[in-house]
Amino acid sequence: MSTATDTVNTNPDSHGHDSHDDHHHHIPKGLMRWVLTTNHKDIGTLYLWFAFIMFLVGGAMAMVIRAELFQPGLQIVEPNFFNQMTTVHGLIMVFGAVMPAFTGLANWLIPMMIGAPDMALPRMNNWSFWILPFAFLILLSSLFVEGGGPAFGWTFYAPLSTTYSGDSTALFVFSVHIMGISSIMGAINVIVTIFNMRAPGMTYMKMPLFVWTWLITAFLLIAVMPVLAGVVTMVLTDKYFGTSFFDAAGGGDPVLFQHIFWFFGHPEVYIMILPAFGIISQIVPTFSRKKLFGYASMVYATASIALLSFIVWAHHMFTTGMPVFAEMFFMIATMIIAVPTGVKVFNWVATMWRGSISFEIPMLFAIAFIILFTIGGLSGLMLAITPVDFQYHDTYFVVAHFHYVLVTGAVFSIMAAVYYWLPKWTGRMFDITLAKWHFWCSLISVNVLFFPMHFVGLAGMPRRIPDYALQFADFNKWISVGGFAFGLSQLIFLALVIKACRKKGEKVSSQVWEGAEGLEWEIPSPAPYHTFDTPPTVK
Amino acid sequence: MAQDAPQQYEKYYVPEQSVWPIVGAIALFLIAVGAGNYVVEVSKDKSGYGAYVLIAGLITLLVMVVGWFKNQIDESMSGLYSAQLGRSYRQGMAWFIFSEVMFFAAFFGALFYARVIAVPWLGGASNNAMTNEVLWPGFEAMWPLVSTPGGTETQAMGWLGLPLYNTIILLVSSVTLHYAHVGLEENKRKQLTWMLGLTILLGCIFLGLQGYEYVHAYRDLGLTLQSGIYGNTFFLLTGFHGLHVTLGTVILIVLFFRVLKGHFTPKEHFAFQAGAWYWHFVDVVWVMLFFFVYIL
Ligand code: HEM
Ligand SMILES: [Cu+2]
Repeated sequence: MSTATDTVNTNPDSHGHDSHDDHHHHIPKGLMRWVLTTNHKDIGTLYLWFAFIMFLVGGAMAMVIRAELFQPGLQIVEPNFFNQMTTVHGLIMVFGAVMPAFTGLANWLIPMMIGAPDMALPRMNNWSFWILPFAFLILLSSLFVEGGGPAFGWTFYAPLSTTYSGDSTALFVFSVHIMGISSIMGAINVIVTIFNMRAPGMTYMKMPLFVWTWLITAFLLIAVMPVLAGVVTMVLTDKYFGTSFFDAAGGGDPVLFQHIFWFFGHPEVYIMILPAFGIISQIVPTFSRKKLFGYASMVYATASIALLSFIVWAHHMFTTGMPVFAEMFFMIATMIIAVPTGVKVFNWVATMWRGSISFEIPMLFAIAFIILFTIGGLSGLMLAITPVDFQYHDTYFVVAHFHYVLVTGAVFSIMAAVYYWLPKWTGRMFDITLAKWHFWCSLISVNVLFFPMHFVGLAGMPRRIPDYALQFADFNKWISVGGFAFGLSQLIFLALVIKACRKKGEKVSSQVWEGAEGLEWEIPSPAPYHTFDTPPTVK
Repeated sequence: MAQDAPQQYEKYYVPEQSVWPIVGAIALFLIAVGAGNYVVEVSKDKSGYGAYVLIAGLITLLVMVVGWFKNQIDESMSGLYSAQLGRSYRQGMAWFIFSEVMFFAAFFGALFYARVIAVPWLGGASNNAMTNEVLWPGFEAMWPLVSTPGGTETQAMGWLGLPLYNTIILLVSSVTLHYAHVGLEENKRKQLTWMLGLTILLGCIFLGLQGYEYVHAYRDLGLTLQSGIYGNTFFLLTGFHGLHVTLGTVILIVLFFRVLKGHFTPKEHFAFQAGAWYWHFVDVVWVMLFFFVYIL
């Protein structure tokens, strides 16, 4: 029988690698460790740091937006620059912060949760990651192109992105292309890992929900990122090669752009929330000291949300003048999604019901998630009502909706995940006092920031405009104050994470949290560089 | 060896550090920057360095592909792989092909939308009589759209003749490739070599004829990339398909040389299988194209 060490000795010393005496627990050093790595934990760390840096960069842009909107009138920046800020803020947060953060978590956790030695395709894994810094270098440097960076909104509607866009559009298109390549490869890796690398006995219905939700997310990614690639390609050819996909004079239609974009875009928002559902489903049982309520229904709910997400895209297009039948269809289909989503919220609450709950930091974020995400879901339901959306569309109400689901939803879940698994990664408990400050400052400021947006939105304040009518002044002042406070609160988080990485704090046990269950809590903390070379047997 | 499950798991080969991924990332970076600048330079008719960066990127990508694959081939020839790893590769390839299907789906979607919705509406269908009356008076909906609302005139590409021959050629090439695969599995190397060679030949003929068809479209029919949504969908769908055939042919040529060198065994031939899948996929896309773009 070959042992774990044998496996390692088969590594290709003889194949012209720059190999030395690699043996099993030898960890490469220096910068090149990170550049050349094939280790899922290294790559996970890279993704997470990258996402955090992008979160701060995108956050800085949000600060510019809120500074300009602090008072009515044009104050600080040029309108065109304001548009670039809203555009690039959105692109960075979606593609540079939330998605890579989830991919980083997937890299760290999925192999440990299913008892695999690594991701299925480790070299491709490295490639997926290293594309990203380059893609965002291109996107960010396009801000300095003559005529300015992309200013057409993260949704780059034609003809704003075709007829009326600047020279940076080509760079934008190609950077989106390579981001897409990165996401698709990352998703393929996740799917193959889950299908093919589970330890003996780890049947599908025993997989932790984080693994399940990521499996379904990866499927969505592979299905829709190529569609995004297709639509940016059409924008490129319309702008530079004289095609008329989105130009009525040639028989095309700008609304066609919106159909293709949102066919990608709506599944995309679920790509950003399904892994969050998975995280919450890991954390809530731990701190309630109970099994997750309704495991199977969680799996089925996730799958039905994913499938339904393909037939609701035009709820973003109610005001484009679609035929009434289409408006009705998309309204009803959208509302149906609320059912499986409701199942999930119900299950989390039922898991807590009569549990012995303790309120550690990850649990605080998880509970905040459940409440605030639900608010976002409910405003989504309001928007899904076609006649109502005629009034709300393109107002701050929509901005409030998607920030509740994305910031207090996706981003809070990522923070919850970091707090939950950070001790496993570093082997030390993080600074709990700082974490409490981070939580409470974030929680309060995020609501000061986003809640009033509902009111100004209902009253008619349009989104993506650097100026507004005087009656919105008071609310906007508070929104900006909340914004700055939320931005500053994240610096606490930065300090905390840096401190944790420098191995300050008390050593933790392998289980870390009393009540935590799963394979990742059975290996030592910090998790060794290589885990599960010999797969565990799951009973 | 790899029969009983625990051992099979232990053998999963996790490669050590590799330079190729970062080379690949740099290649994509250069390609994106180069293409992003080149496109603008061409459209503004000014000179610049875009083309050079683009070419540098493509060369880097080529170096990466060669280096990475050589690495992989060495590993597979020295028996580092297990059945489980083979499954990883196969599944990875299958999902990659699925992503390609969705890429084509975007363009097919555009085609259907234009045909069934956009063009009829411009012609006044549904409740759009006033759109037609006020914005595009005199425009009549039709497909192929040989006369656009903006007034561009062109001619449609028929399906008889070249496109039909091309369809037959590609279909036959799928069959020959299948027999090459059968030859490989039954260890009939001669059949393998001949059938694979024939497939490559058919692929090249297809590409040649497709090139000729483009010349015909531009020169005789006035059907260009600029001639409205009909030409747009025609050229982008057939163009991306052609790129895929080109890539597929290159893959097959590489496989051909590996076959000549005696690579692949009846049991272990992931690279061959992946190449074959890719080729069949490209073939299926063509059948869809032939039906929806040419015939209908
Ligand atoms: C109950 C579930 C949900 C419903 C019914 C819903 C409904 C809607 C509707 C109808 C709109 C379009 C509003 C308009 O533009 O007029 C919208 C916008 C949006 N939703 Fe949701 N939504 C839901 C959940 C989510 C989730 C989970 C996310 C992300 C994690 C999300 C992210 C977004 C974003 C980003 C936009 C704005 C896109 C833009 O125009 O820039 N939504 N939602
Ligand atoms: Cu949506």
